[in-house]
Amino acid sequence: MTIERTTALVFLICALAVPAMISGFVTFQLTMLLIYAIAIMGLNLLTGFNGQFSLGHSAFYAIGAYTAAILMDQFGIGYIWTLPAAGLVCFAVGFLFGFPALRLEGTYLALATFGLAVATPQILKLTPLEHWTGGVQGVFVMKPNAPFGLPLTSDQWLYYLTLAAFVLLYVLAKNLVTSRTGRALLAIRENPIAAQSMGINVSLYKTLTFGVSAAYTGIAGALGAIVIQFVAPDSFGFMLSVTFLVGVVVGGIAWLPGAIIGAAFILFVPNFAEDISKGLSGAVYGIIMILLIYVMPSGAGGIVSSALRVLRSR
Amino acid sequence: MTSPVASIRDVAMRFGGILALDGVSFDIGPEQIVGLIGPNGAGKTTLFNCLSRLYTPTSGDILLHGRSLLGRPAYSIAALGIGRTFQNLALFPKLSVADNIKVGGHAEIAGDFISDALRLPRARAGARELDRRVGAIVDELELGALAQRLVGDLPFGTQKRVELARALATNPSLLLLDEPAAGLNHEEVDELGGVIRRIRDGRRISILLVEHHMGLVMSLSDHVVALNFGRKIAEGTPLKVQADEAVAAAYLGGTAQ
Repeated sequence: MTIERTTALVFLICALAVPAMISGFVTFQLTMLLIYAIAIMGLNLLTGFNGQFSLGHSAFYAIGAYTAAILMDQFGIGYIWTLPAAGLVCFAVGFLFGFPALRLEGTYLALATFGLAVATPQILKLTPLEHWTGGVQGVFVMKPNAPFGLPLTSDQWLYYLTLAAFVLLYVLAKNLVTSRTGRALLAIRENPIAAQSMGINVSLYKTLTFGVSAAYTGIAGALGAIVIQFVAPDSFGFMLSVTFLVGVVVGGIAWLPGAIIGAAFILFVPNFAEDISKGLSGAVYGIIMILLIYVMPSGAGGIVSSALRVLRSR
Repeated sequence: MTSPVASIRDVAMRFGGILALDGVSFDIGPEQIVGLIGPNGAGKTTLFNCLSRLYTPTSGDILLHGRSLLGRPAYSIAALGIGRTFQNLALFPKLSVADNIKVGGHAEIAGDFISDALRLPRARAGARELDRRVGAIVDELELGALAQRLVGDLPFGTQKRVELARALATNPSLLLLDEPAAGLNHEEVDELGGVIRRIRDGRRISILLVEHHMGLVMSLSDHVVALNFGRKIAEGTPLKVQADEAVAAAYLGGTAQ
């Protein structure tokens, strides 16, 4: 417990101090890292803790991003308010999608969510929706400045806003997974029939988890739209879903702090691969991923938990 | 006679062309240990699954404290007072012993996504109450030293004890034990007999016991029901059922005329 608390405190202090020491571009990159971490955390609640596969989280990210962009662009709503709005919209969509998902397990659920990921960008391009979504062109949004005359650049302000959202969502998720609800989620993952006989309403928990997971990823999408100041259908393709899943696995299944490590991996390793070889960057990324799965099959979370076990048994 | 805790009334269960249960009826009285015996495939586990609403009988009715269970969803059965173990263990292997048992207490405390995420006072009060209850059960079944171990890492006999503890955490008025002695050695079986009796006496609950270990069933049960090919072939005191010709024939593979 103390190790965890200390680590969290050190992380927070570093995260608060770092924008003063780095360039605007790196601040932007770290903001994106936190945004991806929120999305990965959401997917981990669903896949890691509850055992429901999703290849469709790019769709929830897209819905969150568009909700934010449309609310700002068409209705002139303040960007802060688009975050809870995106969360609520995605909760509703995820919760509803959770019902047909109840009938599907493992690979079949993966396939159904894959369908969601493939369909969403094309739906966003549809002509009848063009007035709202801007069709293929997408929607531009204004970059917000720091409020209350704070001496921060726009990049720095967005970084702190995203950090606050991340910390809040992390604490909520941490409370959730260490509670009665979290035990129910894990029990359903481990053995749904036994979970049911112990009094857990499996259908309700699975659909609600789908909703909560989608809400997290949707909030990440909304933050992404504000930070990048632009949404377009093709940035939310199926590959984004796979990227989130890579983040979950690299960070560690059912280990929340892994979201930061997973996000760092999906953000920086492709660039690193490109530095090594421009022409073969995909191959380098692929090989790094294969090696990683061999070396640490249970992700960063697995390494940390076995290290902690060694420390504690001494 | 006092009214029964549970009544199985003319229950039939058909899977395709197979009649797994064929008009089975019997009662389980208050604070009674009822032994359910019969050769493999007699329908014992099917009956258990009907009682815990994993199956819906093709016909017949099951009453708990005089009220039908059949309209109730499977997840509500624990709250209604039926706890169970499973024949081939159905634990949560990657959860600790304590967490496995706590899942058994899920319906015993209040909580929901929002109060748990915000750690509202009612969620914290529930967690404390559950800690207290689970602590008592852990002590009762002598699992204290293992509470933080992952269930999947423990030997089979210990896992069975954890499953029993988890069933007790549902705070049942009727406990269903599906072959609790299977896979245990001689000493462990003797110990189990004492544990089951203590559970009944201490909590004043009824127990339905499916078991192949005849010595254990006959020494524990107040009442024995014998099934074969989905039908009840005998019922009564252990002595009476032991002496029954149809029961002997069923176990020796013959057919009673």
